[in-house]
Amino acid sequence: MSYDKFTTLTSPAVPLPIENIDTDQIIPARFLKAVERKGFGDNLFRDWRYDKSNQPIADFPLNQSKYSGKILVGGKNFGSGSSREHATWAVYDYGFRVVVSSFFADIFQGNALNSGILPVVVSPEFLEKIFATIEVDNNSQFEVDLQNQKFTIKATGESADFTINPYKKHCLANGLDDIDYLVDMKEEIAAFEASPHPSFRGA
Amino acid sequence: MEAKTLFDKIWDSHVVKEVEGGPSVLYIDLHLIHEVTSPVAFLGLDKRGLKVLRPEKTVATPDHNVPTIDQHLSIKDEMSRNQVEMLKKNCANHGIVYHGLGSEGHGVVHIIGPEMGLTKPGMTIVCGDSHTSTHGAFGAIAFGIGTSEVEMVFASQCVMQPKPKKMRISVNGELNKGVTAKDVALYVIAQISTSGGTGHFVEFAGTAIESLSMEGRMTLCNMSIECGARGGMIAPDQTTFEYVKGRQFAPKGADWDTALAYWKTLKSDDGAVFDTEYFYDAANIEPMITFGTNPGMGIGISQYVPNSNKLTGSDKLTYEKSLKYMGYDQGEKMIGKKIDYVFVGSCTNGRIEDFRAFAGFVKGKKKADNVTAWIVPGSRAVEKQIIAEGLVEILNAAGFELRQPGCSACLAMNDDKIPEGKYSVSTSNRNFEGRQGPGARTLLASPLTAAAAAVSGRITDPREFL
Repeated sequence: MSYDKFTTLTSPAVPLPIENIDTDQIIPARFLKAVERKGFGDNLFRDWRYDKSNQPIADFPLNQSKYSGKILVGGKNFGSGSSREHATWAVYDYGFRVVVSSFFADIFQGNALNSGILPVVVSPEFLEKIFATIEVDNNSQFEVDLQNQKFTIKATGESADFTINPYKKHCLANGLDDIDYLVDMKEEIAAFEASPHPSFRGA
Repeated sequence: MEAKTLFDKIWDSHVVKEVEGGPSVLYIDLHLIHEVTSPVAFLGLDKRGLKVLRPEKTVATPDHNVPTIDQHLSIKDEMSRNQVEMLKKNCANHGIVYHGLGSEGHGVVHIIGPEMGLTKPGMTIVCGDSHTSTHGAFGAIAFGIGTSEVEMVFASQCVMQPKPKKMRISVNGELNKGVTAKDVALYVIAQISTSGGTGHFVEFAGTAIESLSMEGRMTLCNMSIECGARGGMIAPDQTTFEYVKGRQFAPKGADWDTALAYWKTLKSDDGAVFDTEYFYDAANIEPMITFGTNPGMGIGISQYVPNSNKLTGSDKLTYEKSLKYMGYDQGEKMIGKKIDYVFVGSCTNGRIEDFRAFAGFVKGKKKADNVTAWIVPGSRAVEKQIIAEGLVEILNAAGFELRQPGCSACLAMNDDKIPEGKYSVSTSNRNFEGRQGPGARTLLASPLTAAAAAVSGRITDPREFL
């Protein structure tokens, strides 16, 4: 699936200071029935965003007009649970390009990178600073610089370095996915399959 | 020679290439697929004009969307029906074996793989489903992947993954009466939390683990994802070999001997180094139950809901939010709390041993009037065995009826949903908010604890009856 190239992003951020936000909250299973990748943003955080009669729940951050931007900031252990990539599609489709937390669940982190979203891991202390900055000024700007792997709170100039492996960084910066890479490895894979191997592959 | 872990042995032998500054390209021996996470991957493949590279290493079944009664009728929900039909169509287009609803091979994807002998020691196994970790019980590297990765495996029979760190969790000693593999899993997660295993692949070891049946080992490895680990695994032994032998896709004749010789090498060498190790004493584990909204919020059934005194900041807020959702107060005793539903099934506890345990417990007793129970076999083969062993008669006499195989009430994607505000003692794997239906309150437990709740209508210590 192709996605926009990622370079540098400057944007306000939406705070979600809750821990262990699991994929069933990000998108409940009953909204996984589509057979195409579209429209998932409508159901992002569905049961926290809307009540039983489908009315927006006023105090949920996504429903508060004072919050906006392409950066979502969540509490630690963000994205635990299911492997559903629909969760990262929903985050992307809603309009976020960056998710910041002090800790991500493994599968969510991988899926984010494969969906065109940059997961940024910062220290718990820096995460608190981001939440505090948004609290003071809802429109406070944050800069995410992929090339230099730096996340900056513009208001104070404080920044945090983040890690990303060079290969995934290249993919994200150029809007590339792994499938092209793997398809190009066709001969190497065929050679591997032909090599003597102790396991009974698919026997 | 360098001492290697079980994980290293299998991983290293499947690396096609190390990408510079990036992940490993890992060859996949078995790709299981279901209807929810595959359609967009097939669509991507079609757009690129590609075909599934190794359809013979791919096996499909629909499980998440299927109803668990009247399976001979068309699925009522239009979107569910469409997703299931799409899987069937995609499999036909790409030459993939499809175990459709009502067929002999149908069932929850993580139940049918081992049953058919598709799952074997030493393999790499993936599926667009986090509970793929189940298959690690055989001494395989098995983990859940996202849909982009499903497309990668379709296109190349490989995934690109960074090599995880290694963790060993040893449980030694004899398990107490009434304590099952599910309790061991919930105990471990309660100890290390739902993020304690993140970045790691776990090997479970120790005498208590070795004493588990294959069904129990699958339950434990299934739940390894709930501590944040990429997957869990157990070194194959005689129990494993006996389970695999004779199954449909198990090696036969001379191939069996060759395979067995290799499988016997699949264990962590003495002196192999793990990044993280934990040791637990089986004697400290009692039947477990969860009281909150993640699988790490579990306690021994005789215990009280912990208070949040020691927590601060967002930890405290998150904890209190969770208790509010559950309608529980700090310091309350779990035993005696009224429940409304009991769900026995899922890829965690939907195997024959689970129904034997449940039926054995309820034999000669009666289902409590205030309880609605859904007893759901994990596969057609499990369903047939339940019938063959006469367990249905026991269940019926006690007021329970057996449903048809599927994921059922585990994830509120099909007709089996727990109503808002209701309490469900479930043998499944996740107690997240809304997991079993909007507003539903899930209490994770073993089939024995579920049986005790089903006959008493309340949270009950199963040991009282054993």
